[in-house]
This record gives sequence, structure tokens and C-alpha cells, in this order.
Amino acid sequence: MRLPSGGTGITREKELSFAFDGKPHRGFEGDTVASALLAAGVRTVGRSFKYHRPRGIWGHGVEEPNAIFDVKLAGFHEPNARGTTTPLADGLVVRSINARPDASRDRFGFLDRFAKFIPAGFYYKTFMWPSWERFEPRIRAMAGLGEIDREWAPKAFSSHVHDTCDVLVVGAGNSGLRAALAAARDGRSVTVVDEGFAPGGQLLYRSRTADGEHAEEWLASTLAELSRLGVTIMSRSTAYGIYDHNLVCVAELKKATNPPISHRIRPKQIVLATGAIERPLVFPNNDRPGIMSAASALFYLRRHGVRVGERIVIASNNDSTAEVAEAFRVVGANVTEVSSVANVRGKNRVEAVIDENGRSIPADALLVSGGYSPTVHLFCQAKGKLAWSDERAAFVPKDEVQGVKVIGSANGDFRWRVQASWPTKPTKERAWIDFQNDVTSKDVALAARENFRSVEHLKRYTTLGMATDQGKTSNVNGLAALAAFTGRSIAETGTTTFRPPYTPVSMMAFTGYRHGQLFNPVRRLALETEHRAAGAIFGEYGGWLRPAAYDRDIQSEALRAREGVGIFDASPLGKVEVIGPDAGLLLDFNGYGKVSTLKPGRIRYGLTLNENGSVYDDGVIARLDETRFLVSCSSSHVTGVHLRLEDIRQDLFDPTRLSIHNATSRWATLTVTGPKSRSLLDSLSLGLDLGNEAFPHMSWRMATFEGGPVRLARVSFSGDLSFEVSVPQSKAASLFCALREAGARFNATMLGLEALMILRAEKGYIVIGKDTDGLTLPHDLGIVGPRDKRTDEFVGRRSLFTEWAQEKKRRQFTGLSITDGGGPLATGAHAIERVTGKSRSIGFVTSSYFSPTIGKPIALGLIENAMERQGEIIEMQHLGAVRKARVSAACAFDPEGARLNA
Amino acid sequence: MGGGGHGLATAYYLAKNHGISNVAILEKGWIGGGNTGRNTTAVRSNYFYPESVALYEFSLQLYERLSKELNYNIMLSQRGGLNVAHSEMDMEIAARLVNAMQINGIDAELFDRRQVLKVVPLLNTGPNARYPVFGGVWQGRAGICRHDAVAWGYARAASHLGVDIIQNCEVLDFIIEGGACRGVSTSRGEIRSDRVAMAVAGHSSMLSAKAGFSLPIQSYSLQAMVSEPVKPVLDTALLSIGTGTYANQSDKGEIVFGGGLDRIPSYAQRGNPPAHDHTISGLIEMFPAFGQLKILRQWAGIVDVTPDSSPIIGPSPIPGLYLDCGWGTGGFKAIPAGGWLLAHLMATGSHHEISKPFDLDRFTTGRLIDEAAGSGIAH
Amino acid sequence: MHLICCPFCGNRDETEFRFAVEAGKRRGSVSSSPDEWAKYLYFQNNVKGDTREVWMHLTCGELFILSRNSVTHSIHGSEPVRKAAEA
Repeated sequence: MRLPSGGTGITREKELSFAFDGKPHRGFEGDTVASALLAAGVRTVGRSFKYHRPRGIWGHGVEEPNAIFDVKLAGFHEPNARGTTTPLADGLVVRSINARPDASRDRFGFLDRFAKFIPAGFYYKTFMWPSWERFEPRIRAMAGLGEIDREWAPKAFSSHVHDTCDVLVVGAGNSGLRAALAAARDGRSVTVVDEGFAPGGQLLYRSRTADGEHAEEWLASTLAELSRLGVTIMSRSTAYGIYDHNLVCVAELKKATNPPISHRIRPKQIVLATGAIERPLVFPNNDRPGIMSAASALFYLRRHGVRVGERIVIASNNDSTAEVAEAFRVVGANVTEVSSVANVRGKNRVEAVIDENGRSIPADALLVSGGYSPTVHLFCQAKGKLAWSDERAAFVPKDEVQGVKVIGSANGDFRWRVQASWPTKPTKERAWIDFQNDVTSKDVALAARENFRSVEHLKRYTTLGMATDQGKTSNVNGLAALAAFTGRSIAETGTTTFRPPYTPVSMMAFTGYRHGQLFNPVRRLALETEHRAAGAIFGEYGGWLRPAAYDRDIQSEALRAREGVGIFDASPLGKVEVIGPDAGLLLDFNGYGKVSTLKPGRIRYGLTLNENGSVYDDGVIARLDETRFLVSCSSSHVTGVHLRLEDIRQDLFDPTRLSIHNATSRWATLTVTGPKSRSLLDSLSLGLDLGNEAFPHMSWRMATFEGGPVRLARVSFSGDLSFEVSVPQSKAASLFCALREAGARFNATMLGLEALMILRAEKGYIVIGKDTDGLTLPHDLGIVGPRDKRTDEFVGRRSLFTEWAQEKKRRQFTGLSITDGGGPLATGAHAIERVTGKSRSIGFVTSSYFSPTIGKPIALGLIENAMERQGEIIEMQHLGAVRKARVSAACAFDPEGARLNA
Repeated sequence: MGGGGHGLATAYYLAKNHGISNVAILEKGWIGGGNTGRNTTAVRSNYFYPESVALYEFSLQLYERLSKELNYNIMLSQRGGLNVAHSEMDMEIAARLVNAMQINGIDAELFDRRQVLKVVPLLNTGPNARYPVFGGVWQGRAGICRHDAVAWGYARAASHLGVDIIQNCEVLDFIIEGGACRGVSTSRGEIRSDRVAMAVAGHSSMLSAKAGFSLPIQSYSLQAMVSEPVKPVLDTALLSIGTGTYANQSDKGEIVFGGGLDRIPSYAQRGNPPAHDHTISGLIEMFPAFGQLKILRQWAGIVDVTPDSSPIIGPSPIPGLYLDCGWGTGGFKAIPAGGWLLAHLMATGSHHEISKPFDLDRFTTGRLIDEAAGSGIAH
Repeated sequence: MHLICCPFCGNRDETEFRFAVEAGKRRGSVSSSPDEWAKYLYFQNNVKGDTREVWMHLTCGELFILSRNSVTHSIHGSEPVRKAAEA
């Protein structure tokens, strides 16, 4: 109940209303869901995971195992919210989890009566007949905790803040604030992060500091001085992980309905003043509502003005509870102190406590303290090692970790003495160790009996410590029990690994800007607006957003370019310059074909290989002058080609004689293709003879466009007379306009990538990664010259002569023509061969279209022994259906190349 | 050497299939504590090349009867596995994979968008989805199982057959006599045997160096994480190449998920923020509603990655020493097959038909089995 | 999150770097035996502990040798490839 006055953390003037399990309640600003429920006298706040036992609030912070809720507030929904760290808000709708219809009347409550049939790991020994899947759906529905809102989608995203400081103090309690003060007085920059609602830690509810000062006064004056010294103190900010090179990740909850702000802080020095967590005592029925941490009861009294009971029993193995007893006596409670508990009466709430002498003490609350476990999670994440201390009954930091200092109770420097009391044998009635996952000392004994003697096995077999509280209250009791039951010391038994995060952290804290289109931003063309105005439909190709088509009828778009002229934006094509006296030699080494013999003004097509021999990329190389080459590459390979050339330059050449420059983003390229392309370009008056003699296929020329440079290259991916026209990006729009204007007279079409793909397929031109895979060698494409003739070394050369590379049965690039009169083959259809009734794949279709030029379907593929199979009819299978196709030349149109050289 | 799934399964099949029960499993820590206990528990056989299909399908079939065989419930849940396709190009590759699987006799279906959204209704269908759903590759027999139970089930069954499982026993060196492996020296003394095998993911290169040879392996951290448990929201084992994330929901209710390798070669068994930022963002991009969830645990395993991402099973360059390594990110689903095939190799001295293509010699002959190269689908 | 030291730019975030290959490998050629070529192409020492590796700082584009520990992730130093090759 709420006392008429008191509570340093609440503002009584501001009343808030909320609902729990459908019933309305009231609380104050500054309350948490937990304190408000305690104030309202709600005892059963949820049901346990497995046995559906009624459970009450245990703690007051991140260690809370029981008070887990689904909470909703105007568009905000959080499943499995911890009641002790969730601030109360007006209109908050709180629902207990794992209970139907509600926590107090859970219809699965009967399961507790069958507890002995469902001990730890029972599911490993049953549910096998007829099959696990027969049982699984019901078990899945029973498991899980809260429920997500299926309609929910993120509205706000987390900010990611990267920061540094001289000293980062984790924990704003007695020790942390002292450390911050000392460092700040020393002139160092200090940041303090603390998970609580306000800085102070225990000072917020204990009356004295560790050194005996008046806690409230000391805290106020210290915070004032820290503020004067410019120390940043961040509340509700949980340091949840320490990663490599002492990067500390902090999630700051600023506004309840927003995702946390993610701070990544790399301080020079980390000070861990993370305190300690009070442990439960292990006795039969120690999970009954009304049994709670003694420190937490004091916390609720001092911070929220809540008295958790009238007849209170305090059971403790240490002297930290003396102040608790006194405090409750002062507010009029009847307090009895005992050193241990034999059992508890009452089911939905504590009614009486049986002490070790069998005496029954009527009680409505039992406050326990089983000692303290230092919060060493972050220390261990930073690779710190622990040592067991019998005297402190705790694992404490052992050796120092570079850059990480542990102080105060986190280091085991407690203010109180502990008389350890561990389970020695399982009790007849169940005594809980892990409240949330329903693990009792009997389960630990069972695990030990079945030889799960490693703590890691204990954890995995019983699920001890794997619930959302991550074992903050249960781990030490669990391994102490295991130690006792297996006749080992606690030190020998050891702990499990402390894994990040220290407390569960919203997934939204990690995403930052990485959502929607920003998850992996597409690259965009300088001319996107112009293309859209021209009616382009965009698609993503190799990370670029490019015009897929301008005409809904792609066939007609392709045909108009084939018969007249088309304009295509080829800007994403890579343009990497290799400059220097050794440029030719470097490119010879880089490529499959030789480059250094190329004459300035000329262009050559070639492949590049991986060192394993497979085809990496293809493209043309232009020699700009004696010492300069322009390498064009696939749009998706630009970075890769650039890095690879750098690797070769720095590793195998004299880097002072070479320079690699990625000029891709500098130039916009529009390709004009089709029989009328020359006439169209002529009308632009570039002052250049575009005739076949002066400007033959596979050559390039510079000219002037609007007072600036324009580079024309006579290369073709369509099989028709084509000119690639490149201007600096600043002139892209003018060039586009000029070509469109001139094009109008020639009935030019804008050409999208889809139509171009048809044109190139008619010619049998490959697209790397589509018509080749990671196993395609150059000779599988029929390109054998360099392998057979070159005498110098090049990337991938040796791999062309492995056993596998020289195998007879290789998948080779080929054309496929339809012989059954049907439509195009499905891309991805496999060619099959039947051997003794069984089918075997002998390759697959990589590209397939209806060809408007030749008026029938065409296809390309990688087929075993395709060179030998030319003319053969093979079976093609797609999704179970089988068709026939003829292995034929890849080039289905103008095989002599007359149109190219027109 | 190695008390993980592969080592335990090998010992079990040595005893069961070959009547060899004088077998010791040496485990440095505790059984199942390496990658067996660190993976996301998916089992499937949706592979492209016949060699891979034979291996992983054999494994899946062994998994299908494992609970009953071991009398230990590994909770195999064949809830179906889905590789999501996010573009027309993805769909073409998906078709290539589905056809390959069907020709190789594996259950596979090419799902369209509607079918995908029927089995995974929470996928992002919003107008701003970076990776829209086009369809996917469905394998109905794929699923998940309880990873620890696989280790424990094999251990229990092997132990019943007379196998010795020695935990907290670290192999320090090999006993090499006359160029052949004759046993090992361990932190608990020498053990002699003329047949020694290593199934020590994350330590393969280190041990092979002690025996005097190197392997085509680079070790990386692979992270996995779980969310807090919630009531069922995801009923399939899902993989998306686009977002770089795979996910399933455990029977306990946790979303179990992971992504690509960390970028830095490592033996540290812990994760790194850049990779988990990317993986979690990928998950939220796929399932915006999961933004309500909190991350409960993150961890990492060390995966031994080969150049073709396929495993190495076979004799080592040292007679008497056998290899079962290089499983990369795909070792868990192959535990029964890995054990069966290694047992065959150790007992008979020669390859089982299925393990032959996975011999170390493929790196010399060039006959790599590169699934990513063929189908773009990772292990 | 690692801080890696580029010999030219100093400590920078790991996301700016690319691991290339372990240091000390010598490229074979067409005259390499199948075993030698396989060794060059595919085999690694993959050291657990102190390693020397070739990395590239993508921001400045320079290759360099990084000495670090693959277990503790501690960084011991870095030097330009040229300098390492000349030494």
C-alpha cells in the first residue's frame, strides 16, 4: 500500500491512470509499473514459464525475473517489458504474460500439480512417437512469453552517437560518482552512464553512504559539483556491451515510446562501478508472491512511498537488512527477522513463514537477502577473469584488464558481511533457483545425476539463467547447488560465459539509419529526372537504379532500336583509368587478353579472370595514349576492378610508375545504337568524321560538345553500329537534350536495359554473372587464344591447366533454339540427360527471350559439351515439365557482324 | 579429437556401423560446446550440385530418424525452409536451384509472392521495402532441431555402445612415428591409436600445423543472436540473401537469427558491432514488426571457411590422421552425415561414395564444389 | 569494433579496411606444380595467435602489413608493404 507521504521518486501532484489485466489503477508520475502495482496491492503479476505458478514482484531493476508484461501506449507496444524499469505513463495498458484470462485466474494453473512429470529436460525423453511435430504446435503455443503486435511497424529510428572521453564511468552509485569526481577534479573529461531513472544507485534509498555520510546530502552536493565540472551524467542509459578495443555500447532510453539512442563510446579508461545484485535464498516455495528482495522493498518504501506489507518477515544471511528492518518498523510494520526459512504457507500470496525451528510466523510479506553478486558482466565481456571469494560469497574480478577498472561492490567491496548459505541437497518440496524459467534445486540435482556436470551443460539442460533476466538472480545459486550436488567447490564449478547484451536491448537500437532504402542505398543516375520525364520505368540492376524500359512493349522498344536508332544510358559502366609507363604491362597481367599491343585510339574487348581461372569480368579497354588506358567494366564490378588493379599495382609492380584512377562517376555516357546512329550523331555537328573509314569499329575519338570534351567510342553491345558518347556529368543533361532533339528527327527510341538485354542476347553477347557462373573458364566461352598462345604470366593462367580445367565434360556457353514451336524457355530451366531411367542435369538456361528481330524465341545457356553437341536436340526441364531445344550457335543474328562494321 | 556433433556422431557410427567400440573422444572443454551449441539449428538439403545434394540429403534423412534411433528427442521440426527471392534476377536463380533440386530428387518448390506471404505473413510488404518479396525456394522437409540434444543424444548412444568420452582433455600434439600418426599427447596424458581423426571446427588449422601441414581454411567469427521469447510469429526457417539474414523461431519462442561472417579473420568467439548492426537491421528490414523485440543474447562461433565453402572429409597428408573440417557455416546440418562418412573412412580406410568429392585433393585438381558460384545460395 | 592502424592515416575504424591475404605468400606461375599452385591459391597458415596479414585501407587505398593477434584482437603495429618487402 501507498503511505500517505514519502517517496523521493514520485510526484504526488501528477496522478496517472493505467490498466493492469483490464482493471483500472492509479499511480503517480515517477512510478514504475512495478511500484504502481505494489502500491495498488496487486500481488500476482504474472505466471511462471512452465508451471504457471503465480508470481509477484521480486526486485526493482534489471534483475527482475517475474514482473514481465506486454505494455501498450498509443502506437507503442513492447512485449516482455520489465515492470521494474518501465515508467508508468498515463493511459498505459499493462497485460500479464503467459496467463489466460489473466494472472490471477490463469487456466493453466493446474500444470503445477503435474510438476513431477515435467522436470527439467523432460521433453528430451518423450514426445518422440509418432513424431515431435505432432506435439510441437501446442508446445510452441504454450511457450514464449509476450505477444508482438503483428501490425506494428517502426515509426521512429534510433540515433547512433559515436563519442569518446577520458574516463567513462558505468554506474552512478556511491563508487561511480566518487570515481567520476576524482577524475573530473583531475581535469579529465568524464561521462557517467547509469541504468536507473536518476543517478545515485543505492544512495537513493539507503540512508548513509559507504563512508557514513548522509546519503541524500552527499548525493546532492556531489551531483552539483560534477555538474560544475562539466561531467555528463546519462540516466536510463545501459552500458550493455564492451567490444573489441574497449568500445562500450550504451542504449539510452530518452522517451519511452521511442527506440533507444545508441551510444558507441571509446573512452581512454573504463571504470565499472556497476554495483551488485541481491540474491534470493533457496527454500521451498520461495517463489510465492509477496516474497521479494529486501533491498527492493526498501527501495519502494523510500522512492515510492510504498509499504509492501504490514506483517513482514525478513530472512537474510547478511547484515544489509538491518536498515530494512528498521525502516519498516518506523513506518509501522510488524517486523520479524530470521536467518533462514524452512517453508512458506500461502499460494497466491505469502500467508505465513515457517522458520528453521518449525515456528509459523503469520506474514504478508517475506523480504529476503541471500547475499550479493557483483555485476561483473561487462568486466567479463572485456575478457576479465573471475575468482571465487568464500568470504564475500561471490565471484569477484581477478586480474585487471587493460583499460578497465572495477570498483565498489562490483569489485566485491561490500559494505556488509555475508554468512553464505547455499543449498546442500534438494528439498522435498520444490525450491526455486531460476524463477522465470522455473528451475528448482531438484532440476539441478537431476541434471547432476544425468552427468550434466559442466555449468554450461547445466544451463543448457535445465535452461537455468537463459530467461529474459539472463540469470541475474539465479546463476550463483544455481552453480552453488550444482557444486554441492556434485561434491565440488564453487570455484571448481565455475561460471557460464557472460554474453552481451547485459540486459535485453531493443532491436531498434541497432538499426540506426539502416532501414528502407537506406538499408543498402541504390546508386542513382545523374539523368534520373530526365529519364522519368521520358517515361522510364526504373529497376535495380547491380545496385544501380536504371531505366528498365520506356515502353510497356519491350519487344517494340528493342525492334525500333534494331531498325532505326535507340538512346541508352550507359553511365554506370565502370571507367577506370590506368596511367603510367607500365600501364600496358599491368593490364597484360590483369587481363586474359593482351592489352599492351593495342594502338592509341583503338579499343579491345577482353576478359579478366580470377586466380582460380574463372571469368571475373568482361569489358573493353581503350588506349588513350602511350601511357594511359581506360578500362571499362560491369557496373557491379567497378569497386572490385579498382581494388584488384590497386592490389596488382602495389604488390607486383613498381607503384611509382603507375596510377589507378576510378573515373566512373566523372563521366556520363549515353549510347546511341542502331543503323541510324551515325546520322543522328552527325546532326549534332561535333566536328568529327564519323565515317567507317575515319572512325572504324573498336576505336575512339575526342571531340567538343558545348565547349567541353566529349569522348566517342565505337563499341557495341547490341550488335549494331553504336557510339558511346561520354561527357563530364555536368554536361549530361545538355547531351541528353541534344540527343533527344536530334533523335526526334530520326524517330529515335529511348532504350531501357530490358530491351538492350534482348538485343545483346540475339547476338550471343554474355552478361557476366548471368550467362557465366563462378565455375566458367574462358575456354568454356570458346575463347582459347590467350590460354594457348600467351607466353607471359597473367591472373588465373595457371588455373586454366588444372585437371578440372582440362576435363572433357565441361559446361560450355551456347545458344539454344526452340524446336517445339512453344514460347521462350524458362530462365533457370535445366537441360537433362537420362541415364538408366534417372535424370541428370547437364546444364541450364541463363538467358531467354522472345526475339523481335528474328521473330522467335532465343536462349543462351551453359550446357555440358555444348561445342560437341551443336545441332543436338536436348530435353529441358522446368518445374517438372519437359520441353525440347536444339543446341545452336549463341549468335542468332548477323553472325558475320556486317551491321557492326557498317 | 573434438566432442562436438561431428566427433560424437563419428564415434557412434564407428561403434554402431562398424562394431568398433574401442573409441575415445577427446574434448578440450565440454561436449557440444563449440559450433554444435552455437548455430541457428537449421537443417536442410537445398543444394545445387549433385555432390552437395548427396551429402546434405543423406544427412537430412539420418536426422529424420535420429530421435527414435538414439531414443533422445532432438525435436526435429520439419516446418519448411524458405530462401526468399527479392527480384526477377533472384527468381531466375531460384528457378535454377529448384530445377536442380527436383532433378536430384529433392523436394523443392518455386514459390511466388503469394505463396511466400502465406507461409511468412509478417514479411515486409511495405512500399519502402528495400528488398521486396518476389517469391522463393521452398523445401518442405527443411526445418530446425534442438542443437544440444543432437550432441547429447549421440553422446549417450555412443557411451552405451562402449565409447569413452573424455571431457576437459586438450590435445597438445601428435605422436608421429615413421611419418604416420600413432596417437596424440593430451593435457591428461598420451593416447595411442593408429587411427586419429580431427573434427575440431575452429581449431583445424591450429591442429594441422602441429601435425606439420596446412589446410585451405581461413577462420572467421560468425555471430548469432536470439531475441526475447514471444508467442509463435514465424513458422519457417527463413533465409534472405538480399538482407543477408536468416532466422527461425525456436520452440521456446526466441527469434534465432544470424547473418554473414565478421569481416576480420578471428579466433575470438565473440561478435563485433558492425556485423550485428547489419544483421539486426536486415532482420528488421525483413520483419518490421520484430522492431518490438529486444535482443537477449549474442554470441559467436569460429567457422573454418574453405575456398569453395564445402567441407573437407578425407585422409590428411599424414597416414593415420583423418580430416573432417572446413564446414564453414554449414556444419550443424551435416552432423549425422559427417559422422557416418568419417566413421566409414576410419573403419575401412577408404572413402564412402558420398564423401569422395570432398577430399582434400580437390584443391589440387581444381574440382571445387562451390555452391555460391553455381546458385548464389550460401551454406 | 576494431581500431586498426593504417601506417599512413593512423587509427581508423575497422569498417574502412579490407583484409586481403596473410603475409608472406609468393605468387606461383604457370610453371608451378599442381601442389605448389594449390598451396598458393588456397592454403593458409590461418594462425591462431600473432599474425601478419596484408590489409588495405580503403579510404587511402594503400596496402600494408598488419601485425595483430587473431585471438585477443590486439593490434601490434603496421607497416607499408613496400617497406616490409625491402626489409
